[in-house]
Amino acid sequence: MSSLGSVAASTARASGPPEPLGRAGRRLTPYLLLLPGLAWLAVFFAIPILALASTSVQTRVPGAEVGVYAQTFRWANYPDALREYSAQFGRAFEYAALATVLALLIGYPLAYAIAFKAGRWKNLLLVLVIAPFFTSFILRTIAWRQVLADSGPVVRALRAVHLLGPTHSLTATNIAVVAGLTYNFLPFMTLPLYASLERVDPRLVEAAGDLYANGFTGFRRVTLPLSMPGVVAGTLLTFIPAAGDYVNAALLGNPSTAMVGNVIDSRFFRVVDYPTAAALSFMLMAAIFILVTLYIRRSGTEELV
Amino acid sequence: MTAPAVARVPAGRRAVRWLSEHLIVIYAVLAFAYLFVPIAYTVAFSFNNAGKSNLVWRGFTVDNWRNPCGAPDVCGALVTSLKVGLLATVLSTVLGTMIAFALARHRFRGRAVTNLLIFLPMATPEVVLGASLLTMFLNLKINPGFATIVVAHVMFCISFVVVTVKARVASLDPRLEQAAMDLYADEWQAFRRITLPLAAPGIFAAALLAFALSFDDFIITNFNSGNVNTFPKFVYVSAARGIPPQANVIGTAMFLVALLVVVAGQVLARARRRG
Amino acid sequence: MTDPKPPPGRNLRLAGVSKQFGSFVAVDDLTLEVPRGSFFALLGPSGCGKTTTLRMVAGLERPSSGSIYLGDDDVTFSKPYQRPVNTVFQNYALFPHLDVYENVAFGLRRRRAKDVRRQVTEVLELVELGALTRRRPAQLSGGQQQRVALARAVVNRPDVLLLDEPLGALDLKLRRQMQLELKRIQTEVGLTFVHVTHDQEEAMTMADTIAVMNSGRIEQLGSPVELYESPATAYVANFLGQSNLVRAAVRERSADRVCFEVGGQLLTMPAARCRSTSDEILAGVRPEKIHLVRAGGDEPAGPAGPGNRLGGGIVTDASFTGVSTQYLVRLPFDQELMVFAQNRGVGDVLPVGERVTLSWEPVHTFGLDGAQDAGAGAEVDDDEPIAVG
Repeated sequence: MSSLGSVAASTARASGPPEPLGRAGRRLTPYLLLLPGLAWLAVFFAIPILALASTSVQTRVPGAEVGVYAQTFRWANYPDALREYSAQFGRAFEYAALATVLALLIGYPLAYAIAFKAGRWKNLLLVLVIAPFFTSFILRTIAWRQVLADSGPVVRALRAVHLLGPTHSLTATNIAVVAGLTYNFLPFMTLPLYASLERVDPRLVEAAGDLYANGFTGFRRVTLPLSMPGVVAGTLLTFIPAAGDYVNAALLGNPSTAMVGNVIDSRFFRVVDYPTAAALSFMLMAAIFILVTLYIRRSGTEELV
Repeated sequence: MTAPAVARVPAGRRAVRWLSEHLIVIYAVLAFAYLFVPIAYTVAFSFNNAGKSNLVWRGFTVDNWRNPCGAPDVCGALVTSLKVGLLATVLSTVLGTMIAFALARHRFRGRAVTNLLIFLPMATPEVVLGASLLTMFLNLKINPGFATIVVAHVMFCISFVVVTVKARVASLDPRLEQAAMDLYADEWQAFRRITLPLAAPGIFAAALLAFALSFDDFIITNFNSGNVNTFPKFVYVSAARGIPPQANVIGTAMFLVALLVVVAGQVLARARRRG
Repeated sequence: MTDPKPPPGRNLRLAGVSKQFGSFVAVDDLTLEVPRGSFFALLGPSGCGKTTTLRMVAGLERPSSGSIYLGDDDVTFSKPYQRPVNTVFQNYALFPHLDVYENVAFGLRRRRAKDVRRQVTEVLELVELGALTRRRPAQLSGGQQQRVALARAVVNRPDVLLLDEPLGALDLKLRRQMQLELKRIQTEVGLTFVHVTHDQEEAMTMADTIAVMNSGRIEQLGSPVELYESPATAYVANFLGQSNLVRAAVRERSADRVCFEVGGQLLTMPAARCRSTSDEILAGVRPEKIHLVRAGGDEPAGPAGPGNRLGGGIVTDASFTGVSTQYLVRLPFDQELMVFAQNRGVGDVLPVGERVTLSWEPVHTFGLDGAQDAGAGAEVDDDEPIAVG
């Protein structure tokens, strides 16, 4: 997932149309407008998802060539896949969660600084937050691989202060994968945080000060709660794509750091096992859906931004 | 002996106070540095005098910049990405804008289904989007290639276009269209002369967004491209045997172009507001 | 639109027009006629249906029932761009991407009018904005935007010009200025203006005829003087200026007089001034018509004939506003009446607690049907959330 589009999505609000202009109006117009786009989505999104669902309960036809399946409604594909790849599933959510938390810790003070301390440089700084992501996602991740390489400055510095043993590396580790995920999704966290921090009326913090709150308490009791919609939006926008990502794991990790996305990818291309891949895909979606619902309900925010 | 009117704060305390007030700014600077590490690396290594494998610094050269298509397939992949991007942008912007207008300005049945169909692709993991589309293509015995890439890109861009344009259209004062009709413009004229020009910035922003999404997409493209290479896919595939420095050149160039576009946009917006 | 311009000025007539939004009746069986060339005001609080009525005349809403006529033409179902009617919107609705010239020229261009430049220049001179033709709306002040909106509508010489609370966003001084401007322009150009407002002073200043609306119905229609001096209902009496309304019992009716009793005291009014034939009435008199005298003091000399006297009053509040002193007087029947005493420099301001007698000319009294709520139209309910439009 490479773009700020999701951020745009999170900052837009659902709203109904204005009062009708009172005339009979063109009844047909909206349907004509909707038809091509929705048809495209129906054919190339909805149907494929359904196709994937049907594939997920197929089995390989014995004796047939690779890639040929029969529709057997084998629901056991699901628990089978789960059993076999539970480690990767767990890892996907673990890494995504870690990356989300790290992104929050890194991104919140950054968003705060831009919202409250930037003055007229706000727009420029926002552009600077997004700017690194104008380069290709792959290039960025590869760059990190090089930077974290054994011969690179980071490892050398860490070895110099004995935080890293002489035989240990950073690349091809889970640390690198999480670091990559954190970096790549940082703007998805920072921008919604900024959006909601920017809306906090500074006079509220002043009022808190007038009522005997010191700087930190003012933050904790006024700014932080008011920025919660941004926190919720940011964590969702980070966690959801991160859980399904496989590029970071592929480029920065090793086979033992594989996430469920890697499995789906390999099941499609290397080992041709579409039913398993399909089953894993749906379980990924279901798991995300459940987690997100629980999270939203718990955080209790009505608006996401 | 009288106490001084203002107590002198010892230097140590002052340093601490300065630090605590500016802590967040210092942090921000560090955070920005962190954000630009891979960029710096990419830019730096675009000047590397390396052969095919751009892993170790071998010396400064501008040869890569003079000959950006030197490495095989790089420019081919870039051109493919541009073509796909252009097509996908045009198609998704048109389709998405139509939907956005329907949502923002009309009443119709099935609004909930429409919203769901728009929202779901944005919430679905890219792996699933790519895999499901590939599954369908395979079932229909369609070979993945250029056309399937475009189809996939249009699919996931539509939702973002809809959201962007809809936000813009919804923020337009509906009374402006009513005023136009009050002043003898029929529905089509009111749309053409009032609504469309005012929605144009949103449509343009949506198109830019669609292009950016399409150009940088990897996962969905990877699933649905067969043998065709887009730029991100080319870089990924080359990662194993060594990415040519020309890829860095192109990456840097993209970065600069995008930065220019955004900055230019900001400057224009400010100029329009003042002028 | 290439229809030829109809002959200048036609009467506007609404016949039994109603508008419902779901179960909510915004406009209830409205019938009125606006003669051509007049300045007509629709006056009422938020939510009374005046804006909805205006929009139906403009064609932006369709009536649920009833008809709208321009002259002899039934325009009830015509689209807005088919009617020679133009609107000045509440927030001006100037096209932000067009400059002043193009905004004003918009209607002319759509009608493919000849000589656009001359007409636009003329009307911009009329509203005194000739120098600002190339500016965008965002670069204009509120007052200037309002004038552009007016010019944009006037330049089309519509049969009826509709103004939807156009002065609401302006500060007080500017509003007063614009009220005079609007009146001047209307007389100069000779168009029919229909002006919607909740500001009763504004309506009375500018309009030839006012229709006071309440909950979708017209309470009373007439000239400002008529409405003010002879209100038909408690609502009108309270909405326009201030009134003192007291419950009274009719004791005697004759051809030329009605005698009624308030708190044990007998008062009279001319029979023509009493709109009710029942025995329970609301008797009203405007505060500026009442004289206050210290109890036991001499009455100021007045025209021959018995005046109305209400004794036993105690001053509970005296506010000196410069032009006048506004008193609240509590009477023995447990009601506070307002009295405005013009500042003539004669006599001191009466202090709180002073015992006073109220007196006024009987002809200044008016009688209304006693079944009404005496407080109708008096105050905005503070507990209600702010109504929109």
